[in-house]
Amino acid sequence: MTSKTEPKRKFRVVGTRPIRHDGWDKVLGRAAYGADVKLPGLVHGAVLRSPHAHARIVKIDTAKAEKAPGVLAVMTAADMPVAASQVLDLGEEVTNATYASDRVMARAKAVYNGHPVAAVAAVDLNTALEALTLIDVVYEVLTPVVTIEQAMAPGAPLVHDDLVGDDIGERVEHTNVAEHIRYEVGDPEAGFAEASTIVELECRLSRAHQGYIEPQTATAFWSQDGKLTVWTSTQASFGQRDALAGVLMRPVSSIKVVPMEIGGGFGGKIGIYLEPLAAVLSRKCGRPVKLVMERRAVFDATGPAPGGIVRVKMGVDDKGLITAATADIRYGAGAYPGAQINPASVCVFASYRIANARVDGYDIVINLSKTSAYRAPGAPQATFATETVVDEICRRIGMDPAEFRLLNASKEGDRRVDGPAFPRIGNVEVVEAIKGSAHYRSKLGPASSPAKKRGRGMASGFWQGIGGKSTVTISVNNDGVVSLIEGSVDIGGTRASIAMQAAEVLGIAAEDVHPSVVDTDSIGHTDLTAGSRTTYATGAAAIKAAEQVVEEMKNRAALAWETDAGNVRFEDGVFSNAVAKGQRLTFKELSGKLGATGGQISTTGVVNLRGSGGGSFAAHLVDVEVDTETGKVEILRYTAAQDAGKAVHPAYVEGQMEGGAVQGIGWALNEEYVVGDDGVMQNASFLDYRMPTTLDVPTIETIIVEVPNERHPFGVRGIGETGIVPPMPAISNALRDALGVRLTELPMKPGRIMAALKAQAAS
Amino acid sequence: MTQAPIAKAHVRCELNGQPVEFLADQHMSLLEALREVLDMTGTKEGCNDGNCGACTVTMDGRIVDSCLVLAPEADGRRLETIEGVAPPGGLHPLQQAFLEEAALQCGICTPGFLVAAKALLEREPAADEHRIRHWLAGNLCRCTGYDKIVRAVLRAEAEQPKPRARRSGTA
Repeated sequence: MTSKTEPKRKFRVVGTRPIRHDGWDKVLGRAAYGADVKLPGLVHGAVLRSPHAHARIVKIDTAKAEKAPGVLAVMTAADMPVAASQVLDLGEEVTNATYASDRVMARAKAVYNGHPVAAVAAVDLNTALEALTLIDVVYEVLTPVVTIEQAMAPGAPLVHDDLVGDDIGERVEHTNVAEHIRYEVGDPEAGFAEASTIVELECRLSRAHQGYIEPQTATAFWSQDGKLTVWTSTQASFGQRDALAGVLMRPVSSIKVVPMEIGGGFGGKIGIYLEPLAAVLSRKCGRPVKLVMERRAVFDATGPAPGGIVRVKMGVDDKGLITAATADIRYGAGAYPGAQINPASVCVFASYRIANARVDGYDIVINLSKTSAYRAPGAPQATFATETVVDEICRRIGMDPAEFRLLNASKEGDRRVDGPAFPRIGNVEVVEAIKGSAHYRSKLGPASSPAKKRGRGMASGFWQGIGGKSTVTISVNNDGVVSLIEGSVDIGGTRASIAMQAAEVLGIAAEDVHPSVVDTDSIGHTDLTAGSRTTYATGAAAIKAAEQVVEEMKNRAALAWETDAGNVRFEDGVFSNAVAKGQRLTFKELSGKLGATGGQISTTGVVNLRGSGGGSFAAHLVDVEVDTETGKVEILRYTAAQDAGKAVHPAYVEGQMEGGAVQGIGWALNEEYVVGDDGVMQNASFLDYRMPTTLDVPTIETIIVEVPNERHPFGVRGIGETGIVPPMPAISNALRDALGVRLTELPMKPGRIMAALKAQAAS
Repeated sequence: MTQAPIAKAHVRCELNGQPVEFLADQHMSLLEALREVLDMTGTKEGCNDGNCGACTVTMDGRIVDSCLVLAPEADGRRLETIEGVAPPGGLHPLQQAFLEEAALQCGICTPGFLVAAKALLEREPAADEHRIRHWLAGNLCRCTGYDKIVRAVLRAEAEQPKPRARRSGTA
């Protein structure tokens, strides 16, 4: 857990590890999450879901359910407006209101298993669940399209009859390929002609779920005056408001979204699921309605990360310099377009300087739930192919994997395949950090038994991050404590990281900033908590608001001292008069004089940051031990290095790096959607969708690298997502080292490892 | 639809040191009774099928997934939930250690981890790291990668007043 900081600005608060402001509520069980909402007159709802992945809805008869004792309202898509086609840009997730409406409640067709077809509100949950059994739905079952090959085959059944595909600008009708994009630089064919070594791999990747422990929930009250209030667990309170307005065809100003504490999201809680259903049920019964999703439905019917097929080809010359690379990225979006092929295409080669490259991305609809963002959305799958190809090249040409990366690393001024040139980035520095680590210099050591083999693997990763709009309001109390109001949902410690940036400017302790996350009526527009943007962008808004506070307080000090504001200095939390020695007031002392010098101070900082400032790079190193008799993989040692720009609260930076790495380890070794030909997920529980437990992972050793971000006043970079990108290829590379076989399909579960060993023995 | 009325169960138990009595439907889980009948929402529902540990409470000192216990089964038992972990006006050393070690991110699994870890330390005040990891393997956390949780338990263990040495046993 070493930290490498360049000599620069000295910080007092930033870079320390205070206890997070919301910590007490969370360890005491007092923090109120989505399902904890209690309201006068609250009733409970339940959702009836399609058991078929693809079926025409012939008839829905709700008459019996409506008459059941205790039932207060029953709804189907007939109770929802036909949403006008309109792009809903929720930040890391872009969709269309028509699709969003159809996705939350099926109209003509169920297009994924678990697709809602009706919902009930009743006096209690059990009555609502009983009433679901009284709803009669007649389906005409259609052939589901489950795999990418099926979806792209000529004459394939269509998920949507009216989908018009975009094939690099060309309209295509009667297709399941919603979009095909291409980025190209230089001349890839000429580049390959210059190569002395070319490696190409096709990788197959499983669909994986974010696995947040708190299921989706929504509570809504649609008042007779037309005002709709929604209490929910979301990463995007303003995005939810906009999506609800689009789906319910209501003015945004009539909707208030109250973000409750959120029990994990990782990108999976950006879109709407239960919110519009709770709203319509509330309108129908006149009472607040709460819906809580059951875990099975979380797997079946929310948005995991897409699986897909990624083919990467890369050529290098005699010196090991990359001469050309191509990628073909095909992701299964689920039943509606939006499989994150653009970020996948941006990230696939971002760690390398490549003069000649082409990337093709395909967004393909299939009869599974629509995929959503999942930590660095789109990047881990595509990068798996790139980084395993790089590892094979290093083996062919006999080059150290860290040296290869240093030789070919993208740096400031290099252009990504999609065009933009990198500003200052920490790509080289993270590889150097791994190269200099105790782990890298350590010996792998002998395996613990003759049947076991050990290997070591390295991989790089990148996530671009986003900027966007944030608003922060600061009010100064007369005791020197400030309240900080923000619209950014706190998913993992951002109350602290944002408050610390304000405290840094104000010269006060982190504890003397009291942050509150408020609803959409109570703060200016703030983009979502995702895209690694919150500490970066909302932090910048907090700095701006705090700087305004300092300016105003200088004016007040000038009034008190009867001097010009230009003579007032502010340093280390103390205001002083440059022309009158001895005139000095601490922030706290001056706070007590605000009433007499013009009243209390409150300021608002608004930022709209263009981009993330270059994104965050990571390099990971892993040692594995494989049991060749069972195929079980043990992670022996794991080190993650990542560029944080400036780590505001290093413990939570480490936490993001550790959590991301462990999610990646799960995706690498165990986690997958096992889907039958019928389009039904066969492992929709935490027992069978096997996420890592305490016993499955070692300590994740972290190295925070700090290459300042030029776009942020303190140099901060968003760091939440990159950590999930390198683990899968790092582990594939370690398995290659241990076993001599290349695993190209995720997850690399025991059965696949045994099959690979068998094939190796046979050849 | 007409239904035969379901007789509710009359449950009397000790909850966080206080005697409590309540009526529960026969099919109601202890988790639902805690959250919906007794207004104790600190215990969380993550999966409702015994696989995530977010709803961990202790019943007569043993950790249970409250989603897998029927509320009527709690009759005559001694229950402890997250709301009973802290002494009045303070924090349990585990809670303090979770704060100082940044052992929580979203916090939804935290109550379950704290209740489970407290049960371990009461049973085995000298549990080693492997034993702690083994004991907590029934609690899923998706944010932290677990390491800071394990560090926090070790820290609380090290800081607790040392009772007479006891052998590490099994649950």
